[in-house]
Amino acid sequence: MSIETISPLFGRLSLDWIPYQEPILVGTFAAVAIGGFAVLVLMTYYGLWGSFWRDWVTSVDHKKIGIMYMVLGFIMMVRGFADALMMRAQQALAAGGAEGYLPQHHFDQVFTAHGVIMIFFVAMAFVTGIMNFVMPTQIGARDVAFPFLNNFSFWMTVAGALLVNISLFVGEFARVGWLAFPPLSGASFSTGPGMDYYLWSLQIAGVGTTLSGINLIATIIKMRAPGMKMMDMPVFTWTALATNVLIVAAFPVLTATLALLTLDRYFGMHFFTNDFGGNPMMYINLIWIWGHPEVYILIIPIFGVISEVVATFSGKPLFGYKTMVWATACIMVLSFIVWLHHFFTMGSGANVNTFFGITTMIIAVPTGVKIFNWLFTLYKGRVRLELPMYWTIGFLVTFTIGGMTGVLLAVPPVDFQLHNTLFLVAHFHNVIIGGVVFGVYAAVTYWWPKAFGFKLNDT
Amino acid sequence: MFKYIKYLLAAAGAFALSGCQYHILSPQGWVGIQERNLLVIATLLMLIIIIPVLIMAVYFPLKYRADRSDLSDYDPTFEHSNKIEVAVWGIPILITAALGWYTYVYTHRLDPYRPLDHLQAGIPIEVDAVSLDWKWLFIYPEFGVASVNELAVPVGRPVNFRLTSSTVMNTLSIPALGGMVYSMAGMETQLHLVADAPGVFPGRAAHYSGPGFSHMTFDTLSMSDADFDSWIANAKSDGTDLGRETYLTLEKPSIADPVRYFATVEDGLFDHVVEMCVDSGTVCAGQMMMQDKMGGGGIAGIPNAAAYSYDSKRAIDGLGTLIDLPTPNPEAFHEAFLNSPDYICGPSARKEAVIHVN
Repeated sequence: MSIETISPLFGRLSLDWIPYQEPILVGTFAAVAIGGFAVLVLMTYYGLWGSFWRDWVTSVDHKKIGIMYMVLGFIMMVRGFADALMMRAQQALAAGGAEGYLPQHHFDQVFTAHGVIMIFFVAMAFVTGIMNFVMPTQIGARDVAFPFLNNFSFWMTVAGALLVNISLFVGEFARVGWLAFPPLSGASFSTGPGMDYYLWSLQIAGVGTTLSGINLIATIIKMRAPGMKMMDMPVFTWTALATNVLIVAAFPVLTATLALLTLDRYFGMHFFTNDFGGNPMMYINLIWIWGHPEVYILIIPIFGVISEVVATFSGKPLFGYKTMVWATACIMVLSFIVWLHHFFTMGSGANVNTFFGITTMIIAVPTGVKIFNWLFTLYKGRVRLELPMYWTIGFLVTFTIGGMTGVLLAVPPVDFQLHNTLFLVAHFHNVIIGGVVFGVYAAVTYWWPKAFGFKLNDT
Repeated sequence: MFKYIKYLLAAAGAFALSGCQYHILSPQGWVGIQERNLLVIATLLMLIIIIPVLIMAVYFPLKYRADRSDLSDYDPTFEHSNKIEVAVWGIPILITAALGWYTYVYTHRLDPYRPLDHLQAGIPIEVDAVSLDWKWLFIYPEFGVASVNELAVPVGRPVNFRLTSSTVMNTLSIPALGGMVYSMAGMETQLHLVADAPGVFPGRAAHYSGPGFSHMTFDTLSMSDADFDSWIANAKSDGTDLGRETYLTLEKPSIADPVRYFATVEDGLFDHVVEMCVDSGTVCAGQMMMQDKMGGGGIAGIPNAAAYSYDSKRAIDGLGTLIDLPTPNPEAFHEAFLNSPDYICGPSARKEAVIHVN
């Protein structure tokens, strides 16, 4: 039996943790090193370093920061997608009792990294990027309220993403699933530096997101063009406001929860351990009090994107602007009183389960209203079927199906059967890919000319 | 070739789906059937609104496309209608109300903690299930036998599960019989299921629990009373004894364990597992709570930590191998405790404290 040691400087990380013995990782590292070196050489050859530093890295321009968020999102999407392919390949190869090509230690990291990357560094980067790029221009502000803070928030997010990627080659990543439920994620059942990478990267990126949320709220409240009342704001700006209110309300919970788990892991405390009166159920409560608003943080800005795209390409104003605003506000408030539907199976009792089941269903009402409003914007319109519109139609169909499976999962006895199954996995991929990713693609193609001065070829 | 690609895709899809099992849609027990019925009711209720939406989402963009021949129905001022507003708020509210009613009724009817006495089925049997790393231990307290990775239940008789876990969280899932409930260390949860037909139903741990998780499956044998009695008799004749020492060996991490039986089970083993004190020399959780209530160990109690420590003795690495964490020595504490029992509680509790260490 080996003994785990914890150094005051490097924590659980030691030289032994560099995975020389994993051919997949060594190969990946070689590819990344060669590719990275090529980029460095090319940037030097074309003399891009000065411009890169002045015009991008240190830029406080909200549009450039927005574009950098999108670039971060797309780069991390490649990583997350590679993880998805590796997982599916392993599952296909390991069918029928075969071993497959990944040992459990590696597979468990891959599936944790997939979830963490896709939510925190792809979807979050995308929606923050779109809000940064679009919202100030929509309200006629020159920049966000705190431009330097905006740059700082972005680099905080990048630092988190870098930590996740460094863990690939130096040490390991967490082996706990994307929300790291204790006691599995505690000091005893997640030995090794992987879980520490998880905590640090999410803590850093999470604080960056909180700061960005404060920044964008201040911008919307204080920096609208003279004469623009709240009810004059474009719907996307409304959704950005709701999103950032959710960020500011929810992300501190994540920060606190991860801090408690960090205390457990680094200082031998017992908030979430089995022994010494710790309570893992408390972590699950806390993480979902952040986690449920989080999924609305991802989708609400996309509701705004779809509203803009549908109105533009239908040649009509948005149907039911006021309803849209109120529906957004309803969703924002309701998203905070449904978190328990993520653990109906923890034995809460029938009354509690019923309450949270029904509050969850109620969210379907304002969401349904939004879908109808988009449909009636199309109605009697002059619909130009261009690329953003195709993504929007794809969104409407896929997201509606994802919403239906979501309401099924909100019915506690149905959830008892479907909880943790591929049905659940399918549900959230339906709403995150069919909802967030389709919406992001619609937004990218829609605002591309604004960002780069030319229109993408439709064919 | 490309003409037929959609048929090829459909065939490939059908082939891929042929590997699926449909236990949730064709359950073999009352609980599962009720849950399936609710699934169908909820789906149908929602389809009332989902189907029109899906049709409109495809039909509207096509019908109102900009290059249509007759643009006379283009109405750029159409952005509000009270009638439509009433419908798009009203209809979802009505459907949600109906669904909410069903949710209330069924959630109370199918509360996993509710015994199934109301079914007028046979006499219930008790099963105490422990999720170990990475196998299931099923204890039959009425018969004094236990099994690993195989659950036998008599047809038509409700099964009253008590669940707990030895280390991390898990959940017991037998889709053919009904829903799941988490098992957690230091806690006891409950689940009530019944099998209506004989058969072999897959069961598994359905909550990711570490390196050996994917092999943490078991068969549920639903059998007649006579077969069940002979299964018990077989366990009694084939099995070994499950005492506290054996349990401590059994709970050590292992992956893809074969089925095995225990002919006897030490009294109160499950309760000790729940209280995390199977190991002699450790303090039971209830005992610890009492000590806390009386003021706790205070600073003086710090050296005693080893007797309360549980997780760190079970630390594992990424491949599921036990590893050592730097911890205080429990034996040293035990010595100290035996010499001076008062040591374990704070000064204020010294007089009343009745200390019992397992």
